[in-house]
Amino acid sequence: MQQFLNTALTGLTLGMVYAAFALALVLIWRSTRIVNFAQAPMAMTTTFVALVVIDAGFSYWLGFVAALLSGLVLGAVLERVVVRPVEGKAEINAVILTLGLFIVLHGLAAVVFGNRYRSFPAPFGLEGLSVGGTTIALNGFGIFTIVSVLLVMALLVALFRFTDVGLRMRASAFNQEVARLLGVKVGSMLTLGWALASLVGSLAGLLIAGGSLVHPSYMDSVVVFGFVAAVLGGLDSPLGAVVGGLVLGLSLSFVSGYVGSQLVALAALVILMLVLTLRPGGLFAQAPERRV
Amino acid sequence: MLTLTSLCAGYGPITALEDVSLTARRGEITAVLGANGAGKTTLLRTVSGLHRARSGAIDFDGTRLETVAAERMPRLGLAHVPEGRGVITELTVEENLRLGGLGRGGRVSSADLSRVNDLFPVLGDRRAALASTLSGGERQMLVIGRALMARPTMLLLDEPSLGLAPRIVAQIFGLVRTLVREDGLSVLLVEQNARSALSVADHGVVLNLGRVVADAPADELAGDDQLRHAYLGF
Repeated sequence: MQQFLNTALTGLTLGMVYAAFALALVLIWRSTRIVNFAQAPMAMTTTFVALVVIDAGFSYWLGFVAALLSGLVLGAVLERVVVRPVEGKAEINAVILTLGLFIVLHGLAAVVFGNRYRSFPAPFGLEGLSVGGTTIALNGFGIFTIVSVLLVMALLVALFRFTDVGLRMRASAFNQEVARLLGVKVGSMLTLGWALASLVGSLAGLLIAGGSLVHPSYMDSVVVFGFVAAVLGGLDSPLGAVVGGLVLGLSLSFVSGYVGSQLVALAALVILMLVLTLRPGGLFAQAPERRV
Repeated sequence: MLTLTSLCAGYGPITALEDVSLTARRGEITAVLGANGAGKTTLLRTVSGLHRARSGAIDFDGTRLETVAAERMPRLGLAHVPEGRGVITELTVEENLRLGGLGRGGRVSSADLSRVNDLFPVLGDRRAALASTLSGGERQMLVIGRALMARPTMLLLDEPSLGLAPRIVAQIFGLVRTLVREDGLSVLLVEQNARSALSVADHGVVLNLGRVVADAPADELAGDDQLRHAYLGF
């Protein structure tokens, strides 16, 4: 029973991080139909920004905010400068572009921040909380992870559902031409979408780094898991990304806890294959509209 | 109100509009007619800034539109109403309408919303439904209602009769007529369904292969048997 509970709690925490990363992928896919393979090194870069701030003697929280803000700026700049020229062109162009960005950011980070492991602090204790005399696999940082991801999601939902900017962003994502005819500056909305996605990705980067080691490639494995989570949810649905992240986190945690941790990556790919075979549109796919 | 002078436009080596000049007068419905491929849609897209003219001038109430971006048009009072497929199906009916209201720049006024709901009661009844669940006729009402939310002075209507039953077409054209009569709206109506369009329009312009072949009051065009047979198909 205790092992079950601990495995579930580990999975929940992990799932939240995957959910955040998947959400970043979904935000970009929805608005520009681009799978942003560079999401991981973008998050890695901003986490290093946090590390630089913290190592300079400032508090963890200042580093945290610096990472999120630099994520916002990085996303906007990359969209404007690098991605904009390939938008609306053949899809393969964008795929190759984001793969190229992946490599470039990697290389730059190795040059600027050093190609070595560095420890990253956590703002809360990493010791398991004690409930009724037994220690459970949920620590202060885990709670912070869950709460911060839920908070960001709630803010994003509120932005999309209840604000004029959110309505404009959704219109741009669904139908650029009609949005333009209705006076929406579609280009600005796409930039904003990339900026927000990059911010959410930065959060995922910080949460994975917390109390652990960072390296220019420390986020790379998360790309796979985040991508699987996003596909699980249908790539188009922010809610799907969250559920996909949680399902994946829990599944992988149980595989790791009960079967063997060496099978985790394999399990992720099996889940991906099952979803693509049984429900290619993802768990949250809406029935495609009939064209008349 | 809207004057095109020697407008030329095309796609790559293809010429879609050649030396097109026409005027849509204030408070009138001007119909642009012609077969598929005559250049009607290119004409609308060029006026609303989705497509750039190669040469020629577009004047809207003293403002030159040739280089104005499409997203600026709602602020100038010009509303391009795409055919019914131009509803954003993933948004609800009310979100579509609110989006139209944002086009003018400020906030959405509830007075505008209730006015549109009065004009199209079906939209008010289904305000929370996804636009994908609407019928063809309801979608056409939604795109017109959405355009009205920005309080335009001129509507550019793209094939409002496309794919709709004759009864619905009559209803929609009747409503456009009412808007023109009561609100002083001006309309540039692009239509393949020439018979219905001429029954509601004040003035008609016939395009063929990108050129203007006739430009006359609507009843005159409807009475010209030769022209009707040659270009209008009725």
